[in-house]
Amino acid sequence: MKTHEKQQKAAVSFVNDTPASIIEVEQLNKFYGTFHALKNINLSVTAGERVVICGPSGSGKSTLIRCFNGLESHNSGKLVVDGSEVFQGSKQLRALRQNVGMVFQGFNLFPHLTVLENLTIGPIRVNKKPKAEAEAAALKVLERVQIPEQAGKYPDQLSGGQQQRVAIARTLCMGSKILLFDEPTSALDPEMIKEVLEVMISLAEDGMTMVCVTHEMGFARRVADTMIFMDAGSIVETASPEDFFNNPRTDRCRAFLDQILGH
Amino acid sequence: MRANDNIKPVYVPPQGPVFGRILNSSPVSVVLYLLTMGYICWVVYIGADNIGYNWQWYNIPQYVYSFTDDGFQPRELLLGLYVSLKISVISFLLALCMGLGLALLRLSNLIVGPIVARGFLELVRNVPLLVLIYLFYYVLGPIFQMDRLTAGILCLACFHAALISEILRAGILSVPKSQWEGAASIGMSQYQVYRYIILPQAVRIILPPMTGEIINLLKSSAIVSVIAVAELTTVGRNLISDTYMSFEIWFTVAAIYFVVTVAISASLSRIEKKYTN
Repeated sequence: MKTHEKQQKAAVSFVNDTPASIIEVEQLNKFYGTFHALKNINLSVTAGERVVICGPSGSGKSTLIRCFNGLESHNSGKLVVDGSEVFQGSKQLRALRQNVGMVFQGFNLFPHLTVLENLTIGPIRVNKKPKAEAEAAALKVLERVQIPEQAGKYPDQLSGGQQQRVAIARTLCMGSKILLFDEPTSALDPEMIKEVLEVMISLAEDGMTMVCVTHEMGFARRVADTMIFMDAGSIVETASPEDFFNNPRTDRCRAFLDQILGH
Repeated sequence: MRANDNIKPVYVPPQGPVFGRILNSSPVSVVLYLLTMGYICWVVYIGADNIGYNWQWYNIPQYVYSFTDDGFQPRELLLGLYVSLKISVISFLLALCMGLGLALLRLSNLIVGPIVARGFLELVRNVPLLVLIYLFYYVLGPIFQMDRLTAGILCLACFHAALISEILRAGILSVPKSQWEGAASIGMSQYQVYRYIILPQAVRIILPPMTGEIINLLKSSAIVSVIAVAELTTVGRNLISDTYMSFEIWFTVAAIYFVVTVAISASLSRIEKKYTN
């Protein structure tokens, strides 16, 4: 069994000449009307890799990761996530979204459902799990994000940090293999950022594949395998965190880092 | 009036001239109100007296109910009310289904869907209900072999479906886009997003105008009397042509509608409160 898996992996890496990539982007283009939002994006994320994307606002970071789970449609290029091509309106896309969780800046929890119901509605309705099983799993996940006592409350009754942890828990309950974070701490008060980052760090340490759009450079330094800097719809720089922070190659990137690390 | 002696800063309403203060004091207001209402009642009474109307209120109850050996028996007016309620309930349920369909069609990204829904809405909204009733009964009735009751119910259903679709559409649009994205991101189908996420949240917005629409529907059901469906208004008209007691019967018919609609809106507003808290 083990050798068989190894052989498979070897075969895949032979074809790609790199470890198996779970997100593969080639020549991706996206337009809003005449505005060229993403320009010839090429990117590859391997399983278990932690990628942090940063850049000035309007540079296309969010648009890019929203393409990964089909919340935005791309106009041209190839986008393969978890082995299937991302197509709008396809059944595959829904199946894909069960494996690719997204955490939003504004949490996007369902206000009419309790925390527990927020976590179980996906497993029950989408994965067709029995209610009892889904609830037991959800309570375990809530313990992992350290808010088991909030299960019966409604999102409005929680702090921002707690809501964002529920949102992360929601993706974990779906059994996601890849997590996309779209500025998860930007809407939070400073003292709540830490509790959310701690959960994200623990996920990273467990080997989850993560793509994070964030300005939390401390977090990036600590967990990122790859840093990506975007500007005006293009990827300007891709580097390891050490290279990225210590000697950025482009002036644009250096100026950006000076701006956000300067204070 | 020793407000100046009070040390605590209390709100003292700005005081106008003496005449205005007397006019605004509560005893004077009440007296003025009673005088005005009394005058209106007196004018009506004198007018009614002048036409020499012969009031026969004692004849009315027999058309509402009677007691026989078998106990309480509803009579013409209550039976008419029953038909009115039946027409209203059936057309409301039809209108709700059609309205939901139209709203979803209007919000869909199909090519023809929104145009069809919009066309239906504009057609129904810009033709008087009375004319619509005639169209259904005299034109569509013979074509589709509809009896008067079916034509009346379908007409009311179509008319209110258009209005209900707008209420539903507004409710659905009131749910923020982020809810769609949150639900889609965990792999829900469009049906599941509507069923479990959007509609439950839209209900709070939908309920108050929907209550009004239910009341409106019950009231506009009176208009099917023009095609002689035997509902409350028709029954009232028939009774008048038999008995010539037009004042008493129209008052009674109005009172029955009033009692029923007030009862409905009171119970619906309790449901509303449950949903909004």
